[in-house]
Order: sequence, then C-alpha cells, then structure tokens
Amino acid sequence: MNRLVIKGGRVLDPAAGLDAVCNIYVMAGRIASIKPVKDDTTELLPGAPGLDIIDATGMLVIPGMIDCHTHLREPGYEYKETIATGAAAAASGGFTAVMCMANTKPVNDSESVTRYILKQAASTGVKVMPIGALTFGHKGERLAEMGELKAAGCVAVSDDGVPVACASIMRRGLEYSRQFNLTVISHAEDISLVGAGVMNEGAVSTRLGLPGIPNAAEDVIIARDISLAELSGGRLHLAHVSTAGGVALIRAAKARGVKVTAEATPHHLTLTDEAVAGYNTFAKMNPPLRTKADCEALIAGVADGTIDCIATDHAPQSVIEKDVEFATAANGIIGLETAFSVIYGLVEAGAFSLTTAVAAMTANPAKAFGLASGALRVGSAADIAIIDLEKTWTVEPSELKSKSKNTPWAGKELKARVMKTIADGKVIFQRA
Amino acid sequence: MRLKRKDILTIEELSREEIEMILSTAESLREVSEREIKKVPTLRGRTVINLFYEASTRTRTSFEIAAKRMSADAVNISVSTSSVVKGETIKDTAKNLEAMRPDCIVVRHAAAGVPMMLAANLACSVINAGDGAHEHPSQALLDMLTVRGRLGALEGIKVAIIGDIAHSRVARSNIYGFTRMGANVVVAGPPTMMPPGIEALGCVVAPDVDTAIKGADVVMMLRIQLERQKDAFFPAAREYSRFYGLDEARVRLAKKGVVILHPGPINRGVEISSEVADGPYSLILDQVTNGVAVRMALFYLLLGAVREDAA
Repeated sequence: MNRLVIKGGRVLDPAAGLDAVCNIYVMAGRIASIKPVKDDTTELLPGAPGLDIIDATGMLVIPGMIDCHTHLREPGYEYKETIATGAAAAASGGFTAVMCMANTKPVNDSESVTRYILKQAASTGVKVMPIGALTFGHKGERLAEMGELKAAGCVAVSDDGVPVACASIMRRGLEYSRQFNLTVISHAEDISLVGAGVMNEGAVSTRLGLPGIPNAAEDVIIARDISLAELSGGRLHLAHVSTAGGVALIRAAKARGVKVTAEATPHHLTLTDEAVAGYNTFAKMNPPLRTKADCEALIAGVADGTIDCIATDHAPQSVIEKDVEFATAANGIIGLETAFSVIYGLVEAGAFSLTTAVAAMTANPAKAFGLASGALRVGSAADIAIIDLEKTWTVEPSELKSKSKNTPWAGKELKARVMKTIADGKVIFQRA
Repeated sequence: MRLKRKDILTIEELSREEIEMILSTAESLREVSEREIKKVPTLRGRTVINLFYEASTRTRTSFEIAAKRMSADAVNISVSTSSVVKGETIKDTAKNLEAMRPDCIVVRHAAAGVPMMLAANLACSVINAGDGAHEHPSQALLDMLTVRGRLGALEGIKVAIIGDIAHSRVARSNIYGFTRMGANVVVAGPPTMMPPGIEALGCVVAPDVDTAIKGADVVMMLRIQLERQKDAFFPAAREYSRFYGLDEARVRLAKKGVVILHPGPINRGVEISSEVADGPYSLILDQVTNGVAVRMALFYLLLGAVREDAA
C-alpha cells in the first residue's frame, strides 16, 4: 500500500480552520492523518518500500484548488485547448479540480458529451467536473435535460458564454434545477445594452474610440436573476462578477437570505480597462475589465464573503482569434497557471487574508456546488497543492502548459509559485 | 526637413511643434495645386498604397491626388469588409503588400486600432486615414490649416464641435489638435451621442448647442449618420435638425466672421442648412482643397529626404 508523507509545511485548510505546521500522512490516495509537527512522534523510516516523503518545510500546503469556471474547449475546439492540456495547466497551477463550461462544440447538453469529457479526463489525474448546459444547444429556448446531465456527472448547469436573454427561461431553469440539486450559473449580461460594445464603457473607451459596455449591462441581469432565485428558490451562482453595482446587489441579496453565490476572476480583481490601451487583445474579455472602483468593490466583496469564489474563467484562444483587430478579437484569457500568484499579489498588498484567498479557491467553491473536494479531511481524497510563497517568477508564455498563450501577464513578474500538485495521493505535477 | 517618426497614427501623439511643421509645410505646398502643371518631382520613385477597408470617395481621392502631385506612385486598394471576414487577416494583407516594397501605406478601417497594429508590424510608413471612432489625423490637420488660413492663429480661439461626438473620429482628432494648439474646444450634441469622459481629451461639454456656439470663432458640424435612428440615438432627422442643426439663427450666436466647417459629406437640411453650408462663413470647400495640401505635406515629411532619426 502506497504511503506518502508531506512533512513540515504550513498547512492551511480554511474548511477545517487549520493553519499550522503539520505533517500530512496519506495512505492509498486518502488522507490518513494530519498531525501538528510539534506533537508528532511518528518515526519515519526513509527509504522504506512504498513510502514517499515530501519535505515541505517553508512551503504552504493547501487543499488542491477548485476552479469553478474553466473552458477546456474539448470537444470541438481542440486547437485552442484539449482536456489533456487544460488539465496539465490546472495541475501546474495547483488545481486538482476544474469545473468545465458547456460551451464546447457540440454544447455539453447531453449525457454523451458529458461522458466523452469524463472519459478524456480520466487519465489526467485532475478531477474534471463538467457543467451541463442550462438550455439545449445554449439557444436559450428550452431547458436541457438536467436530470440526465446530473446522472452522467455534471455538477452544475450554465449557458455561460451566452447570456440567458429570456427571464422566463431563467426562472424555469432555477425552478427545475431544484429537483436535481443543481446550481444554475448565470453569465449576467444584457445583450441589448452590450450592443456593439467591446470593452468597458468609460473614459478609456471614449479615448480609444471603441464601443463600450456599461456596468448596467451586467447589473440589470444580476438584479433580474437574484429576483428569479428568490421567486424560484433555486440556487444561483453568478459567474465572473465585474461591477461594483453587482457586488452591492449580491451583498443585499445574501443579507435577506437568497440562495446566491458569486465568483470573481483574478483579472477582474487586479486589472482595469486601462490595460486595453494600445488595443491589446489580451485585455479583451467578457465581461470587460472595468475601473479601479470596480476592482476595489470586488476586493471588498471577497474580503467580506459577498464574493464566495475566485474562479479563473480560463478561456484559451489561439492567435487566430487574438492576433487581429481589437473589435473582432475573441474574448478571454487563460488563467489557471497564474491564478494563485496573481491572487497572492493581492494578499501581499493587504487586500484580504491568505485564508480568505485560499478559501475562495477551495472550501467555498466546494460548498457552492456541493463538491467533496476542497478540504484536507481525514478519509478524503489527498488532493493537495504545495506552494512556495517566497518564490518570484516571470510569466513566460512558452513555458505554460496551456495550449493557448493568451495571457495579459506575459513577461510580468509574480510572487508565489506552485511547486507540487498532488491528486488522490499521486504527484500529478512538480516543478523542477 | 522630416518628421522624427515613421507613422502618422493619431493627433494625440503629435507635439505642437510637429503640428506647426505639418501646417507650414502644407501652406507652402498649397501653391502646387494652383499651378498649371500640378506636380513636383519630390517623391519620384516612392510608392504609396491606399488601403481602404471602408467606403470613401473624398479621403481616398485626396490622398491619391496628394501622392500624385508629389510624383509618388499611388495604388488604391478597396477591400470590402465582408470578404475579409472569410479571407486573410488584415495583418497578412498588409504583410503581403509590404513584400511589394511600398514606402507608405495609408489605411482606413472601421475598427479602431488597426493602423497602430499595422504600424507595429510594418517597416514602411503608415498613415491613419480614419480608424473606427478613434482618430482621423489628416482631417484634423486640414481643419486646423483651414482655420489658421482664415483666422491667422489658433491660440485662444473658441471652437465648437457639434453633433455625434461618440461615433466621431473627426471630433476626437480635432479636440486633441485644437487644444494642443491653444484653442478652447467646446462640444455639444444629443446626450445619447456624448461619450463618457470626453472631457479627458481636453474639451468642455456644453449643455446645449446654443451655449456651445455662443461666441465661437469656429463651428464644426459633424455628419449625422441617419442609420443611427434605428438604434435610438435620436428620434428623427426633423427633431435633430431643430435642436442640433446649424441654421442662420444659430450662426448669429457665434462671433462675427465665424468659420463654419464640416468634414463632409453633408446632409443638407439635417445637421446644416443649405443657406449656412453655401453661405459666406462656410469654408467647407476650402477644407477639401486644404486636404490635398495637408496630405502632400504628410507624404513629404514622412517620405522625403532622409529621416533625421534614420541617419
């Protein structure tokens, strides 16, 4: 029986309220025990057969992170990313579980697509958790067969990438999903307000002469969907919140007991629309990068728990989509391999605590979607990330595992580096 | 004499000295167009490609005539955007054109930022002939040349720009240009067409057209795209004309001897009445004449003699 010991690291598990220097004992892929080093009298025989020892002295040891918003692009867009390359990117970023969005080709609106994704993911070591479509074909017209999707392995439903324009469909989706205990993830965007917009509407879009997308395009749908969650009793999760108004609406909804959770991305927390200057298509996303005031509101939202999760919205795009004029460039950036480091930058800047940050990428998404991952519990799968908080590194696109290289952090120096990622007790990634 | 830059992409990045240099050069070249033989040999052997992704008669013709009067060889390429969607990327098109060794590519495109993208990827000079709602530098230069020709100086004058500011590259370039030259720029138009943060470009937003025009030395009317009605930017041409159009009564609010400009083509009876467009204060046709001179100056300053920074 394989045994693994992770020795002497600072073990931080927000789910257990644990932050202490501990040894973690893993047996047969599961956590056998976690003992504070000062109380641990276990004698280890180095070199014993079947025993691996990882010295994590000086490292941060956290539950393997969960990304509740990833685009893996397979099936259909394998030239941008495959499940294998996306999973490799996840592992190199310290993620042991990723929830992949349904906007593949074909859309993941049936058991067969879900099963295909799970089959492709099986050998990656990363727990790929498909999100099924809310509506058939992402057309916004009739509900996808959520019961079948859940049975096949979907953990949530969403039309992400395409907003649900019709309020009544959203209402029925929130109602019907209750039967299967599925959370509905909303990509909140009023298409008529977006119009031809390609970036945040404000002084920067005016200067660049680019059509803008006002904050209101997101706020009105967040308000709508909160009302519908209230009406239906369904569980609503708001994807990639980007506006101060959205944060305020969610905070108020939570205060009156609405079953709503929300996520923010590392880029919406740290970058503003100024990044678009020079018509930089790596700063083009949906929702768009907003203003400093919005960043600050999102940070406050993470700090006070209004924003439960930090999710990457990892959106691989090839040069074909990005090396073109700004208006026609595709939205999105990759994020799995930079997420922790970018968020740690905010921790260092005093935006919120390390525990809050880790919770937003482990315990909170697990809670929002009812997942077994995201905690270091005795008996649970040994999904663990080991991070060197002191290590600085420069983002070199060619070194990234993702098949696409569309990152606005290319060439930037970041602090904190994922050194090892362990899933089910096996090292699925380690940095040389 | 030559500009210390490879490209003319925006007015935003031009210094006052550079604008002065372009305007004075244009003034001295204006006379070429008045000769019987309208040609100087200065740019013989140079090749200019006019790469237009947006329909244009006036601007494209103006660049072409300007190149020819300087003895450069000019080639026009009109690309319909629809064929581009299926075909090669604009960068590939430009790279292919560059392989034929032109000295300058003049580009117009409906997407803001395209000239910057080309300039960053091409060794030859790039002139922005209008990119989306971003900038149209040669238009602002010809407008400044026209006003300077009539009023003598730009310092301290009041310039009112009226109409669809949000979608106007002419407005943006002129706000940068006139303010850089020391003029005071006031803009006015329907609130639906007033972009947020336009003040950051250096202008003041007037509450209504009359306030903007009051005491103005220059009134520049922007073309209103009648198709914008269907996106609810304004209710009707009739209403637009009444509240935002320039008629003789409004002209009287301006300073005596006011200069009336319009980048063309004009919608008679909508943003400007025929009486005003054809009236004594209108310099609309002078703008067109000056357009050729300004573009001759740009070609000369980019392609003539050896660039100082290239020595």
